[in-house]
Amino acid sequence: MCATCGCGDDAGTRVSDLDGTVHDILPAAAAPHEHPHPHPHEHPHDHGHPHDHEHDHGHPRPQSPGTADAGHSPAAEGRTLISLEENLLAKNDLLAARNRGWLEGRGIQAFNVMSSPGAGKTTLLVRTIRELAGELVIGVIEGDQETSLDADRIRSTGRPVIQINTGAGCHLDAGMLQRALGALDPVPGSTLFIENVGNLVCPALFDLGESARVVVISVTEGDDKPQKYPHMFLAADLVIINKADLLPYVEFDVERCVRQARLLNPGVDVLTLSATTGDGMDGWLEWIRKNPHPAAAAAGSAPRSGGLRV
Amino acid sequence: MHELSITQSLVEAVLDRTGGRSVTGVNLRIGPLSGVLPDAMRFCFEVVSADTPLAGATLTIDESEGRARCRSCRDEFVLEDMFLLCPCGSADVEVVSGRELQVTSVEVA
Ligand SMILES: Nc1nc2c(ncn2[C@@H]2O[C@H](COP(=O)(O)OP(=O)(O)O)[C@@H](O)[C@H]2O)c(=O)[nH]1
Ligand SMILES: [Mg+2]
Ligand SMILES: [Zn+2]
Repeated sequence: MCATCGCGDDAGTRVSDLDGTVHDILPAAAAPHEHPHPHPHEHPHDHGHPHDHEHDHGHPRPQSPGTADAGHSPAAEGRTLISLEENLLAKNDLLAARNRGWLEGRGIQAFNVMSSPGAGKTTLLVRTIRELAGELVIGVIEGDQETSLDADRIRSTGRPVIQINTGAGCHLDAGMLQRALGALDPVPGSTLFIENVGNLVCPALFDLGESARVVVISVTEGDDKPQKYPHMFLAADLVIINKADLLPYVEFDVERCVRQARLLNPGVDVLTLSATTGDGMDGWLEWIRKNPHPAAAAAGSAPRSGGLRV
Repeated sequence: MHELSITQSLVEAVLDRTGGRSVTGVNLRIGPLSGVLPDAMRFCFEVVSADTPLAGATLTIDESEGRARCRSCRDEFVLEDMFLLCPCGSADVEVVSGRELQVTSVEVA
């Protein structure tokens, strides 16, 4: 792992099933990987070979708006200004739109489940699969930086699961989902849960092509999560407040949390439940059932705006 | 750090449009409601642009202001954060600007 930016060097994204078949190895999230190291090196430079570290201290510093060189006309120096006006998420959004079309064409509803690490996503999914076993055909795509531990837990339910390991990547993106869909090959008319990488910041910006976004917070995390992570709550279709069985032991004001979430996102659904005791699960199962399956809604279903798309 | 992958998209988008010409300047517009931190973009840009035709390019970020219009009192006001609340107390507001996350132009030699 690179100490400069925290990105992985050899840790490319892997998409695999639990037979150990690696379906796809994506380039490392942070390629290209010839990093200039702008800090002084401690190690002696006594290798015989020339190496690639650049110590380019003449490198122009990125400028803050206040210091932008106003009198510096590109034309005067024979330079050309090309107008682009392009959204920086355009590529991801295009792939997400393709995923959405692919899923809709097969009548598959897909839920993007996001939370900080440990809020209870996998526990909730395992229980959901068991409770809906006779009713819905469910598949799961698991996103984690490393390991297939969560995929193993899903596998124990007997349902198909694909693990995406993002390496140093802190979120799933639409390209990763596209590859995972190819590997999972979900049955038409089925229900897909995508467990995103545990993180309340980065996944909020990346549309995957899902039909709905579910944000899970647990009562041990504090009721100020919506204030601290507004983008995630802005993007949510449903907020699940999990670990309700622990409410007697922690200071967590459910009302206050709901109020903050609705200030950001007035129409958002909120459910309080416990994935371990099962209390409140009925509301969640009902929410899944009433969520229109794209097959039924295909004609009128518009791509979700995601709250953050520009 | 999603700024890293967004910066990679930026470099790819610029390379797509400049066809290998040496890029001397990149101009972005990033609003306070975009979810992206300009300082993190500056940091990532140096790392990601190295060894590409964008290496050494001047990154200029127009940090546009967040503005909203209230549907209750019809006032327009500056948004300090993501909480869409008018000073009059109404939450029925419409974002006018601040969600921008764009590369506006590039300068090539
Ligand atoms: N008390 C309690 N613990 C829970 C609940 N849901 C999950 N947990 C525990 O929280 C920990 C993290 O859960 P996990 O499902 O792995 O979280 P994830 O990282 O979001 O997938 C585990 O020890 C679970 O047993 C709940 O409703 N109540
Ligand atoms: Mg998990
Ligand atoms: Zn007002």
